[in-house]
Amino acid sequence: MPSNDAAPKGRAARSSSIDWRTVVVNIAIPLAGMLIALTIGAILLVFLNVNPFDAYAVLMGGAFGSWTGLAQALVKATPLLLVGLGICIAFRASVINIGGEGQIIAGALMAAWWPLQFRSWPGWLLISTTLIMGFLAGSIWGFIPGLLKARLKVNEILSTVMMNSIAAQLMNLLIRGPLIDPAGVAAGTYLAQSERLPANAWLPRLVPQTLLNAGAIVAVILAVVVYIFLWRTTIGYRIRAVGLNPDASRYAGINVPFYQALSLTLAGGFAGLAGVVEVLGVQHRLLEGITGGYGFTGIVAALFGGLHPLGAIPASILFGGLLVGADKMQRAVQVPSSLITAILGLVVLFVVGSSIWSKRWAARRKIEAVKESEAAG
Amino acid sequence: MNQVFTLGAIVGILTSAIRLATPYLYAGIGEAFAQSSGVVNLGVDGIMLISAFSAFYVVLNTGNLWLGLLTAILVGLVMGLLMSLISVTLKAEQGISGIGLHMFGLGLSSLLFNVLVGTVKTITGFPSIKIPLLGDIPIVGEIFFNHSILVYGAFLLVPVAWWILDKTSWGLRIKSVGQNPAAADSLGVSVDRTRYISVCIGAMLAGVAGASLSISLLDLFQDNLTAGMGFIAVALVYFGGWKPLGIMGGALLFSTVNAFQLWMQVLGVNIPSDVAVMLPYLLTIAALAVTVNRARQPAALNKPFERGES
Amino acid sequence: MSIKRMFFVGLLICMLAAACAPAPAPAPAAPAEKPAAAEPTKAPEPAKPTEPAAAAPAEKPAAEAKTIKIAVIMPSATTDLAFSQSMYSALKAIQTEMGGEKAMELKYTENMFNVPDAAAAIRDYASQGFDIVIAHGSQYGASVQEIAPDFPDTTFAWGTDVNTFGLKNVYAYTAAAEEGGYINGVMAAMLTKSKKIGVTGPIEVGDAKTYIDGFSQGVASVDPKIEISKTWTGSFSDVALMTEAAKTHIAAGADALTGSSQSVVGSIGAAKEKGGVLWFGTQADQASLAPELVVASQVYDWTGMLKEIIAKRAEGKLGGDKYVLQLKNDGLKIAFNPDYKLPDDVKAAAQKAIDGIKDGSIKVEP
Repeated sequence: MPSNDAAPKGRAARSSSIDWRTVVVNIAIPLAGMLIALTIGAILLVFLNVNPFDAYAVLMGGAFGSWTGLAQALVKATPLLLVGLGICIAFRASVINIGGEGQIIAGALMAAWWPLQFRSWPGWLLISTTLIMGFLAGSIWGFIPGLLKARLKVNEILSTVMMNSIAAQLMNLLIRGPLIDPAGVAAGTYLAQSERLPANAWLPRLVPQTLLNAGAIVAVILAVVVYIFLWRTTIGYRIRAVGLNPDASRYAGINVPFYQALSLTLAGGFAGLAGVVEVLGVQHRLLEGITGGYGFTGIVAALFGGLHPLGAIPASILFGGLLVGADKMQRAVQVPSSLITAILGLVVLFVVGSSIWSKRWAARRKIEAVKESEAAG
Repeated sequence: MNQVFTLGAIVGILTSAIRLATPYLYAGIGEAFAQSSGVVNLGVDGIMLISAFSAFYVVLNTGNLWLGLLTAILVGLVMGLLMSLISVTLKAEQGISGIGLHMFGLGLSSLLFNVLVGTVKTITGFPSIKIPLLGDIPIVGEIFFNHSILVYGAFLLVPVAWWILDKTSWGLRIKSVGQNPAAADSLGVSVDRTRYISVCIGAMLAGVAGASLSISLLDLFQDNLTAGMGFIAVALVYFGGWKPLGIMGGALLFSTVNAFQLWMQVLGVNIPSDVAVMLPYLLTIAALAVTVNRARQPAALNKPFERGES
Repeated sequence: MSIKRMFFVGLLICMLAAACAPAPAPAPAAPAEKPAAAEPTKAPEPAKPTEPAAAAPAEKPAAEAKTIKIAVIMPSATTDLAFSQSMYSALKAIQTEMGGEKAMELKYTENMFNVPDAAAAIRDYASQGFDIVIAHGSQYGASVQEIAPDFPDTTFAWGTDVNTFGLKNVYAYTAAAEEGGYINGVMAAMLTKSKKIGVTGPIEVGDAKTYIDGFSQGVASVDPKIEISKTWTGSFSDVALMTEAAKTHIAAGADALTGSSQSVVGSIGAAKEKGGVLWFGTQADQASLAPELVVASQVYDWTGMLKEIIAKRAEGKLGGDKYVLQLKNDGLKIAFNPDYKLPDDVKAAAQKAIDGIKDGSIKVEP
């Protein structure tokens, strides 16, 4: 569980003293938001003749009540975190990247192709080159909207939404053409899947009987890297400056379009990595539906993590956990999966809606702190 | 390739394009209202879905198409109020609340469909109405004047929305709230109320967009009926530079290319179908890239307003 | 400030996770006798482990003769009027035939387009002691291959594919969709007046491809001069584009249409709106959508295969075989729509083609 520890330690080391009242408030308020959402969900459950307490016990216990559940949550958290890291970079530069889905596909396509070309390579070389190539493929998918924005002022929301559909069709084209599994052709089934990758290209599994793989560790390391990049390097500083105040940045001589394009390119790269990890770590081949909607959920995870690379770690785990618990709930109480999607939507709405009270609390504490220091001085 | 440019094919393509553009027009112009006031609503797709189902369900049970349409609008209004509550009153990050709204609409519409209907059924939707005289004009009549009432409505909405946004004081107020909420506030304009109204108008139009699918164009409902149309509609708002006419241009371009690629496939033009399906997306990006004149987005877009903050 | 707040949200999550994860580790001595749902948990707190069986190896219920427990994992909704619904209906029919819930316990998980979710579901059902776990989607193959060896007493069935991975507890199944496609093609070729037939497909893969290839061969066997035009929408779920594709075929002169995937309901709607256009269905019986124009549907009937798997399991054979639904073994059926007046000569030709495929005199390439 390295991911769980990384965030608190990293932060705690720098904050001299923890304001425990603020901690309690910041835990209680989102919890209250979640409770409201779950209460509305409970009404829907009653309407379906399901005992909401049973259902919610499964929802919560599903991911965080057992080691295997937790491992499953981390499997889902991995692509969410990787996409989320890219979102952190892009949104910090005020660039809105809706193109995660397409960028995941670009990385996944590369991961389905590259290892087949170099099957004889040793595992470490094959895996590391695939990760790099997948990052590159994803970043190309981010670079195109980035370039269009920088040079031709094409809005990135438009281009990334369109690039998602283009990537999906590109995948259709390749998966029924050059990438199709020869075994499927031989058997006459023509399934929409690529050839199974050689075992030396698989990311090692961390927990037996689960899909948890080394990709999770890669993601956490990268979270730290992105943190250092954004807060400890000049380029990172400029990316954030561009996002905070583009006009001031321009006057300060920062090439604003360049840094926006760069942030979108990097965002694409990280989403591409999510695709690679899904292929090398989970599926071992490319399948229809590889993105799993992570391109969108990753945005939510990153924003819940305060657009902070380290904050994205626990936020991804929470979301991964909710998704795993939701599946368990579907199985345990036999409710349609759509009900769970609806409840998750409500949770997102009300937790994000509750943030206003946390903000107000923080503002009040700030004033109090100023007053205290004045009184002391 | 030549046979794509026969008269019959061209009439077919344009007729299809008018139909296909309809949901994008409603949803896109609705989103333009919300965005002009400074609120990005990424939940359009979710609103379309839940409204599409509501309209379908009412028509399935009562057979009354207008009641179905009204229900879709009311459901859209409720979703708009929810979005406004979270994004305007509670000043939440709009990107997240929109995605939350989308998940909610997607889930709830499938759930209700599963529980209340159970399997795919068809209804009789709004019929095509041939407009007298105009509909008899050869070619033009066939393309433009032989559609269902919701299709006409979508195109009538364009000048109406343009007039409201550009020519009425109320429209100017919406835009001022989107450009400079602090200034508007100091002039006595209620920023929150203006944003509520704009978001709700947008949501009601998204509701009509959903209904146009389920009770006019497709006459059925299925899980995730919109298949991401709401997101394309949001993208088209940027294409159109927040102007109804521009959005219509984008919607027509997108759907004409889409209709064109279907005809190419039907006529057996020798390109991979996947590349054909890609075309509308590619050309929409390309078209925006080559047109020079570009509107600046509302300055306060995506920024919650709090009095006292600059 | 908001970053700080978000950090605390994060902290909360860590604490939640920390509070739950090391909580009383599931005691391996107490294997689950009942599924997680039956655990009477009163409070919504996540403290209680609800999945005690997960860590323990599969515990085969001693008294198996009583109730057979079957779980199915499906990629789309049970209401899709296509692939998933065909399996769910078959299981429901068997359940009724066997005597209801007492004889056969049936649980399902739908909309599992995400493979890791499906893998979790497959493992979960196996560890809950289900006798037969059906992974109803070709994308679940790798998951079955990984999980099945951990549960040697559980039968896994998966499709559509023909690969049992050499495992003794895995059955594989698929449908020779091209056969019914051929029959539909023969009828379409005889019924079309405009000599133009439209095909609306999703993506040219899997049984969408094989069905349509079979259909084309059927048409060509009657009259090779008939024009068949095909459109692919690039999506299994885009009903709006599928509808427009069908309208385009009709506008181009087609008077007989077919197509595959759950989005073809849109094509049927388009044909219905126009009138005078015939429809040929596949996967499930689609006559209910438009009784006046659906000529016939190829129906995947999984009941025979499922019954055989249940019977073989009762005899102690947990897997190792593969099944191909064919006309010959009654896995594929042509459901003629009783409301459509099919001319006798067409029906006779269709029957002749069915017999030909059954006895092998007609070969249909997938």
